[in-house]
Amino acid sequence: MSGRRIPWFLILPLLLLGVWHLAVEQRWLVEGIVPAPAQVVDSWRKWIFGAPGKSLSPYSGTWVANVLYSGRRVLEGFGLAAAVAIPLGIFVGWNRMVARLVDPSIQLLRPVPITAWLPFAIAVFGIYDASALFLIGLGAFYPIVVNTSHGVRDTNLMLLRAARMLGAGERTILLKVVLPSALPSIFTGLRLGVGVAWTAVIVAEMIAVKSGLGYVLWDAYYVGRMDICVATMFSVGLLGFVSDQVIFRASQVLLRWRVLERHA
Amino acid sequence: MPDAAPVVELRGVFKEFTGRSGRLVALEGIDLGIAPNEFAAVLGPSGCGKSTLLNMVAGFDGPTRGEVLFRGQPVSRPDPRRAVVFQEAALFPWFTVLDNITFGPKTRGVAAAEYRPKVDALLEQVGLRGFERHYPAELSGGMKQRVGIARVLVMEPELLLMDEPFGSLDAQTRSVMQELLLSVWERRHQTVLFITHDVEEALLLADTVCVMTARPGRIKKRLAVELPRPRSLEATTSPIFNELKREVLGLIREESRRAASEERRP
Repeated sequence: MSGRRIPWFLILPLLLLGVWHLAVEQRWLVEGIVPAPAQVVDSWRKWIFGAPGKSLSPYSGTWVANVLYSGRRVLEGFGLAAAVAIPLGIFVGWNRMVARLVDPSIQLLRPVPITAWLPFAIAVFGIYDASALFLIGLGAFYPIVVNTSHGVRDTNLMLLRAARMLGAGERTILLKVVLPSALPSIFTGLRLGVGVAWTAVIVAEMIAVKSGLGYVLWDAYYVGRMDICVATMFSVGLLGFVSDQVIFRASQVLLRWRVLERHA
Repeated sequence: MPDAAPVVELRGVFKEFTGRSGRLVALEGIDLGIAPNEFAAVLGPSGCGKSTLLNMVAGFDGPTRGEVLFRGQPVSRPDPRRAVVFQEAALFPWFTVLDNITFGPKTRGVAAAEYRPKVDALLEQVGLRGFERHYPAELSGGMKQRVGIARVLVMEPELLLMDEPFGSLDAQTRSVMQELLLSVWERRHQTVLFITHDVEEALLLADTVCVMTARPGRIKKRLAVELPRPRSLEATTSPIFNELKREVLGLIREESRRAASEERRP
């Protein structure tokens, strides 16, 4: 018997959808709060493609624009975080002096939740994109810098010795030995970082800026549009999944040697 | 062996390690010279400090007291003129066989036109042709070690340091690699410092064998292996070989008896 043809991954989601549908239909839940799956799908469709004719709904046809707002913020904030955190993580992992100088501050600031930075961000950057970028960048920065420096510190001593006896200087060692050796850890940091970035963008848009999926989520809640709220939740989840997959696929290409190692 | 100036010289070398459990004397009063074109083996039980000795000649580590000289100059850091073949090959897993072998020349800015023919000849010599595009993960232990040897030979080092390079290979592969090393050595008569705990391996490959004591490591005796070259595995069945083997085994037995009696002392 081959279990490959059965799409196992679909079983649990379909089951949950069924339970959700039943819960609404059978009125196990307080009426009028939780929308039925079909209603969410319908609202989501209108939100994406617009309602036929002249619609009075403010959400009609605005999905793509809001996804682009949020997506751009995530991309910029995450890109900024990676651009700072990867080089910094390499130096922290490589140089004991830099580690002594920088690491304690990182470890002290890291436990401050990204949500706790919100008032500070708004006070300093105002209700603008800069606020959102600050929060997203800061949130994504920590996992990337911590994982990068760990990866660098774990570089095999024998490989460092091999590079040195082959005549490599610090620069060559960093680029050709330490960086590739730390790359799997860096990718772990990037995947964790992009997850935090989506969390941060929703938080930032709920309060600090007036556009994007987070803004829609909070706005829809205020006007009692739970169908739109749920559709937004699914949208964010989907986007988070896609961005994680993009990074994962990139790592599979760049870390071909490691994939081979696992199959050896 | 002509009395030329030694390539490597260790003078009164002591090496101590300080750890949590106190001081540990790894090497005690090592005096050793290796002449040009000499294949010198250092034979000793595990933990006798023979790898420490090699690490100091390589420049990975410095002596606590004494001097380690290479061509009359104190060794202070690793240098491509003193190339190392490690026990576990230590290949860069993210580079292909070819990129591993060309790492040294590329790093030193040698033009591709210059190293390419050497690389081709080496691939042939060590039997790696057809594996250029493979990653280390796709190779067996013996093949990995061929790459480890090729990547240092391509730099034409003045001294080859080998730290139990065949220690983790199975017996059959080890024999094949020993013959390979002999054939490679015949072409260049490279100066070699070879670390091993295998008596037969030391006698088969080397011109001189230093038998080391258990910790703290000292050189108990240095023997000349006067077997004709070029050698092959058949040399291990000759009467001279067996005579030498008996002598070395006797030295080792004496040493382990001494070590055991010292352990019993309070």
